[in-house]
Amino acid sequence: MVKNAINRIYLFIIFLFLYAPIMVLIVFSFNNSKSRSHWNGFTLRWYIELFQDPVIKKALFYTIAIALLSSLIATIVGTIAAIGIHSFNDWKKTLILNINYIPILNPDIVTGVSLMILFIFARIKLGFWTMLLAHITFNIPYVILSVLPKLKQLNSHLYEAALDLGATPLYAFFKVILPEIRPGIVTGALLAFTLSVDDFVISFFNTSSGVTNLSITIFSMARTGINPKINALSTIMFLTILILLFIVNIRTSKEVKEEKAK
Amino acid sequence: MAEHIIELVDISKTFDSTEVLKTINLYIRKNEFLTLLGPSGCGKTTTLRIIGGFEQPTTGKVLFEGKDITSLPPYKRRVNTVFQRYALFSHLSVEENIAFGLKIKKLDKATIKEKVRNALKLVNLEGYENRSVDSLSGGQQQRIAIARALVNEPDVLLLDEPLGALDLKLRQDMQVELKRMQKQLGITFIYVTHDQEEALTMSDTIVVMKDGLIQQIGTPEDIYNEPKNAFVADFIGESNIIPGIMKKDCLVEFCNTIFDCVDKGFGVNEPVDVVIRPEDVEIYPDDSGKLQGIVESVTFKGVHYEMIIRTDSFAFTAHNTLMFPQNSKVSISVAPDNIHIMKKAVN
Amino acid sequence: MKRRFLAYPYLLWMLIFIVVPLLLVLFYSFTTATEDGFAFTLDNFKTFMQPIYLKVLWRSLALAAISTIVCLILGYPAALILSSRQMSRKSFLLFLFVLPMWMNFLLRTYAWLTLLEKNGFINTILSVFGIEPIQLLYNDGAVVLGMVYNFLPFMVLPIYSVLKKIDPSVIEAAEDLGANQVTVFRKVIFPLSLPGVFSGISMVFMPAVTTFVISRLLGGGQYMLIGNLIEKQFTAVYDWHFGSAVSIVMMVIILISMGILSKYDNDREGGGLW
Repeated sequence: MVKNAINRIYLFIIFLFLYAPIMVLIVFSFNNSKSRSHWNGFTLRWYIELFQDPVIKKALFYTIAIALLSSLIATIVGTIAAIGIHSFNDWKKTLILNINYIPILNPDIVTGVSLMILFIFARIKLGFWTMLLAHITFNIPYVILSVLPKLKQLNSHLYEAALDLGATPLYAFFKVILPEIRPGIVTGALLAFTLSVDDFVISFFNTSSGVTNLSITIFSMARTGINPKINALSTIMFLTILILLFIVNIRTSKEVKEEKAK
Repeated sequence: MAEHIIELVDISKTFDSTEVLKTINLYIRKNEFLTLLGPSGCGKTTTLRIIGGFEQPTTGKVLFEGKDITSLPPYKRRVNTVFQRYALFSHLSVEENIAFGLKIKKLDKATIKEKVRNALKLVNLEGYENRSVDSLSGGQQQRIAIARALVNEPDVLLLDEPLGALDLKLRQDMQVELKRMQKQLGITFIYVTHDQEEALTMSDTIVVMKDGLIQQIGTPEDIYNEPKNAFVADFIGESNIIPGIMKKDCLVEFCNTIFDCVDKGFGVNEPVDVVIRPEDVEIYPDDSGKLQGIVESVTFKGVHYEMIIRTDSFAFTAHNTLMFPQNSKVSISVAPDNIHIMKKAVN
Repeated sequence: MKRRFLAYPYLLWMLIFIVVPLLLVLFYSFTTATEDGFAFTLDNFKTFMQPIYLKVLWRSLALAAISTIVCLILGYPAALILSSRQMSRKSFLLFLFVLPMWMNFLLRTYAWLTLLEKNGFINTILSVFGIEPIQLLYNDGAVVLGMVYNFLPFMVLPIYSVLKKIDPSVIEAAEDLGANQVTVFRKVIFPLSLPGVFSGISMVFMPAVTTFVISRLLGGGQYMLIGNLIEKQFTAVYDWHFGSAVSIVMMVIILISMGILSKYDNDREGGGLW
């Protein structure tokens, strides 16, 4: 009993450490003064200012536009590529997978500067399109790694069974292969979207001052000093993540249950 | 000629410089239950996949009712397959699985429903239409896979070790049912297995394969009673295979003893393999048999006892309903028509 | 199944956006700009060998190592408690560990900025007890704190997922053979959890050694860590050749530490975050 209590206290302290800073941010986002230490009454003025700030509005637009476009393109290219890679074998597959791992394992800062060098070397002006290309590049590997296990689990005869029953290769792909690997595709797409929304380092090196995402905006605001608008932004982002993660968790736990039912 | 539904002419297949099939010639008659039997890696599944259209032969032709279909893709062949691990579509219900091929043929909804119902009836799973595939047992999934193939009314049904994943009791039940379905529908079944008992139970014709070559084609009785070589004999059932020398027609020497036999046409003093089934070894408690030996071990097998009897030069496996105690002295004989003489396997 | 052609567009993409950029970094690191183009040189690496830069490298490795150790000390017990059978609502607690990880990295770091600054939350609380405000920001301690805060879940989760997979009957067998709780932990649980520990170490150490955000926001000095050094070369100094050379050094460090860790970490699933 005593041990159990100690365990719970220990976990509580760890969670306090993890959540206290976030909670302080959230609480002070409603504080009616610029102070981060004294409570001056409840206000929503930072939220209103946040939504009226043209820089933040623009950054939000770019963040979502880039996340949507890059995750969509990465999901399509990655899924098709995964099917192609799956039918490779021997050393070629190992080589392709190892190169595919580079953006995941390489430090973000190296990925960021290497792409920046490429764009400048190729005389492409940094901005929206370079940032989009960079995001697609680091998103595809995650999509491939989410889809490949599903392809491996796939009964290799499934495709043949569809052909056997009269389906053309294209019909078999859309009616059989795609639905069977859909969980992997959805996971990959969600992962790509979140990584894109969250990215700072790679975006930082591959855009111009006119086109910034939220992370870059937060970085430059935090460098110049404390700003209660960031607190308001934190609260909104925290809640968004909370909701998104809930959806993903429900989805995966449903999948686990289905697996168990087999 | 017309009774041949499928003909394989000089088929060979090479994968990455490995020769999996070497010159296969096979004629399959209408409405027969033909089994491709052999150990793993003998080429039986490749042969089936060539008939199904999933592999292209390196050389040779596949004829269907006399017409060359070698390069026809699987979805244009009037052949359906039951896959090894069923290959059911887990994102579709039982009904949608079975209706998959019918929908492609664009049949109307009422017809599809009716056909699905009949197919489920055929495999004894009436009322399972709306179940999810994952909720079914292995045996039930197997039946759905069969129903999904049969509902398309193929001329030929290909079955690739369909019972491999089932337990013994279920397997035996399914063997009987498959045979019933084949008779009821009157279509050709081509069945691949490595289980000789399964092959003997169900087939009209057995094709024994090894290393990409056909060893023997015949009825189950032929194959069992008159195996063409020592490999077939050993694969079809447990056998004593003893090196011997053919003295002249109907006279063979093995274990330093001369035996009468019924085989002719070998050269004088030609080395041969002598095959004797365990149940054909006659045991005598005294020395009245032709070879003297000692019972080395006794194992109870249910219907009979299995005994190892060691003579001077060979340890015979014998099956008998009578038990001869371990270490007892016995003698054995074999009737002339139970001695099978085979040409030495060329290795 | 001849569907390999489906991979070809991505293979081209990989070539252009993964392989070529790295080759360019390599190229820049071994060259210097001359009037008529580029000339081969080792000077960029020689420059890095100066004490001022070696000190930066050393500080990066030291701070990352300290943060990793702190994460291990704090995280291992947490993983152990989470995985213990008595713990109820396990998936919810796990969810609580994952949640902050998905919060924007900059916001998490920014949160500490507001807590630690001179008239921030912590100093305000201290003043209630009559303690004078102290400088908590812009030192190595603040950087380590920021790293531990950001990367702690990366330590807990891999260890947890390995611990969870340990067959309870193995522990029961050890108890059956006379081991007490301490011995069971020392001789059975801990050795079995090592793959998770190693993947946790690599998942904390790698981002810690390469970060430039935490040190930029919470740390002091211009060339705080090796990440800042690279960033400055590309955004302020515009010496791509030296910046590329430092990037190559960083990649080599990462490769070496991954090589060492993967020797022990055979269980690649250890890092399952999903």
